[in-house]
Amino acid sequence: MSTRRRNGAATSETGGRQRQRWLPWAFLAPTILGMGLFTLVPIVASVVLAFFRWDIISAPSFVGFDNFAEVVQDPTVRVSFLNTILFVVVAVALQLGLALALAIMVQEKLPAWLRVFFRSAFFFPLILSAASVSIFMRYLFNEQFGVVNWLLSFVGVPAVPWLTTPAGSAAVVILVYVWQNFGFSFLLFIGGLASIPTETYEAASIDGATGWRKHLHVTLPLLSPTTLVASVMAIINALQVFDQPYVLTRGGPGDATRTAVMVIFESAFQRLEFGQASAIGVILTLIIMAITAAQFRLSKRFVFYQ
Amino acid sequence: MAGRIVLLLIASVFILGPVLWTLSTSLRPPAESFQLPPSFLPLNPDFSSYDQVFKQLNIMLLVLNSALVTGLIAVGQMFTAALAGYAFANLKFRGRGALFSIVLATMMVPAQVTIVPVFMLIRGIGLSDTLLALILPAIPTAFGTFLMRQYFLGLPSDLGEAAAIDGASPWRTFRSVYAPLAMPGMAIVGILAFNYHWNEFFRPLILTISEQNFTLPLGLVSLQGNLGTGSISVVLAGVILSMIPALVVFMFGQRALRDGLTAGTGK
Repeated sequence: MSTRRRNGAATSETGGRQRQRWLPWAFLAPTILGMGLFTLVPIVASVVLAFFRWDIISAPSFVGFDNFAEVVQDPTVRVSFLNTILFVVVAVALQLGLALALAIMVQEKLPAWLRVFFRSAFFFPLILSAASVSIFMRYLFNEQFGVVNWLLSFVGVPAVPWLTTPAGSAAVVILVYVWQNFGFSFLLFIGGLASIPTETYEAASIDGATGWRKHLHVTLPLLSPTTLVASVMAIINALQVFDQPYVLTRGGPGDATRTAVMVIFESAFQRLEFGQASAIGVILTLIIMAITAAQFRLSKRFVFYQ
Repeated sequence: MAGRIVLLLIASVFILGPVLWTLSTSLRPPAESFQLPPSFLPLNPDFSSYDQVFKQLNIMLLVLNSALVTGLIAVGQMFTAALAGYAFANLKFRGRGALFSIVLATMMVPAQVTIVPVFMLIRGIGLSDTLLALILPAIPTAFGTFLMRQYFLGLPSDLGEAAAIDGASPWRTFRSVYAPLAMPGMAIVGILAFNYHWNEFFRPLILTISEQNFTLPLGLVSLQGNLGTGSISVVLAGVILSMIPALVVFMFGQRALRDGLTAGTGK
């Protein structure tokens, strides 16, 4: 196709070939220049900056691996990374489990209008801003006046101090995050389920598989490529959580809900330690890359392609 | 089936309930903000909280800022992604594969990691605390470029050949043949950009300083901070107002949004 078109252009006018050589670059210029300036240069700069001490006011000074050594020993940084990992494990497990269960339930025989309703309902929180969601959730989880404790009182649970205790705050941040984000995994699973041929289920039921056994032996293996994509995306997103803990708890009480991105923000823009902030960022990026690579490696053993 | 529907209904109550509570509380007199049991159907809606939002918060300015930032990013992304996507899909040039891999790789690096150098760059070019500081860095889009490349690959290639045989230049072929056909793809890029940047909190928190440059999410969080837990109806009225544009886009672009969010995930 391309050779024929190039011949056509070359014969139509002299210099056509010449023009075609720079033409792709004209199409790419805005994206490549913008990405170079605002993404690639900053990536390199933040790695370089991680080896300097700099407060923006005085001149930067080279400190080797000092920033890394300091942030690794900083108890707040340590706690925030542990919090982030704990958050990722619990939030992602809840998000994927809920999304998968609801996707299977929606995908089985249902009146069309109900399916549309459920799909829209589960998708809905994705269009809201995490900041406004966190604002109204703060009121719902209020210890005295919140609707959550009011509802719990009906099943005999005494008022839970959600936002004033470390465990309560961590639970709220996770619940609010999962509430808003499970719809994304849900959509992925809906797509994955739709691609499983119905004959597979028919064959399974002829073999006597019913109910949850059918899902265990047919749905889960056939859905494993989707599950891989969904878990990679969910983990990458969860590792970067910021808006919810910032608005809900400001990282407190104590450091209970401080996350990795929150300490990047605080060390750079509150304490003006740009080198240390960059070092934390580099560590976070390395963790994300390592986890993603590990997932793809593991997936070779657990993902089945049809 | 009945049991399954009941479970699904319970799940949707948990999802929609908090939003309905927000709506109904914003329509109650501020004194009844914390009333329990909560009324989910405000029979006598009271709009005083909405008046208060306009008095206490320069919400028109926030909406204008958000609309300007989001709109320019969306339009900018649509055009730059269409151009780049077309080049990657339909034009042959040296280093195409490598360059495309680099573009894809930038999606892996979290924005928070590069925020310090971006902040310094913005200061360096004299844009700090302006709306342009939010707009310019957000226009080049790796995901949009990827999406548009896929879209152009899906269009029949003989259209371009026919145009070339008729003597149309490659630019002319793009502008008159391919760009109009790619409108649905560009719409997905635009709607996704709207959804993401209308709700964005992290970058505006860092890149804007004065309240006159705040966007909606930032303004609402600062309003909540100013009021403490006092009159929550006012805060919630602001939250509801901020949802309206997102809801409109959701209603008109639901399918495009869904396709865009799940694009390239190998479903």
